[in-house]
Amino acid sequence: MSGPGEREGCALVTGGSRGIGSAIAYALACDGWPVGVNFRGSEHAAGETVQRIEHEGGRALAVRADVTVPEELERMFDTLEQRFGRVLVLVNNAGVRADELAISLTDSDWGEVIDTNLSAAFRATRRALRGMVRERFGRVINLASVVGPRANAGQSNYAAAKAGLIAMTKTIAVEVARRGVTVNAIAPGLIETDMTAGLDGELLRAVPARRAGAPEEVAACARFLASEQAGYVTGSTLYVDGGLGA
Amino acid sequence: MSTAVTAEQVERVVVESLHTFGADPEQITPEATFEALDIDSLDLAELSQIVHEQFGVELKGSDVAEVKTVADAVELISSRL
Repeated sequence: MSGPGEREGCALVTGGSRGIGSAIAYALACDGWPVGVNFRGSEHAAGETVQRIEHEGGRALAVRADVTVPEELERMFDTLEQRFGRVLVLVNNAGVRADELAISLTDSDWGEVIDTNLSAAFRATRRALRGMVRERFGRVINLASVVGPRANAGQSNYAAAKAGLIAMTKTIAVEVARRGVTVNAIAPGLIETDMTAGLDGELLRAVPARRAGAPEEVAACARFLASEQAGYVTGSTLYVDGGLGA
Repeated sequence: MSTAVTAEQVERVVVESLHTFGADPEQITPEATFEALDIDSLDLAELSQIVHEQFGVELKGSDVAEVKTVADAVELISSRL
């Protein structure tokens, strides 16, 4: 795998303090990327992710921002640019769930999930593309989900946001491909994290691999998509789901 | 923005940018159309960004859509200085 090489720039992982985000931040740091570990509330966990990276000789910075607040998002990019240079790898990982059957789903729970999982990813991508296009190199990696392409009762908001992310991925990929910028999605299935706690029962039996995935297995894919070698992979969605979506 | 910026400076930045985007330097004349120079919408979006950084001039997508030639671009940017 390859990191920034001669380039001056960094990676940013939104929602990077725990679970899949933390594993991706660590994997990218192992490739030599200085990493911005974004968090909203989990300052302690973000600090631990940074420490783990620094312990291995990598560089990382925990940056607090609620990605749904445009001013905070902008400030986070400014902070990272001053510290490490342009954000050349953007991992849109921050996500929330607010599950309810559609018949009872409130506007607020619909809006929060769409805002965080989809709209914030768009704004972060738009902001990052400026630097990537100028650099003639960039990697945008959107954490989608097997839910979206596949139904899961109780998650109409989450499914709409994640399916939207995949559609956005394809469109933006086409817009910027000629600048050496790739945009891809990763669609994890059931992965062992705090966010999937309580989801396992029935879903686990539907997974052909008969086990949940590990965050590191998702991170390995992100590491590949961020690499120089993945330069011709764009607009694609990589399923990391033990066969669930097959 | 400072009035010290001249149309010549604007033209130089535009020409340099077009060159960076891959236009043949020999063909970059004031009358040359972006279509003939193979400059596309992404190039113009990037040019807007460069112009904003260099001169503080904000160009909207709708402004840029009207621009057909190198001279049009220089004139539009200069008029906003």
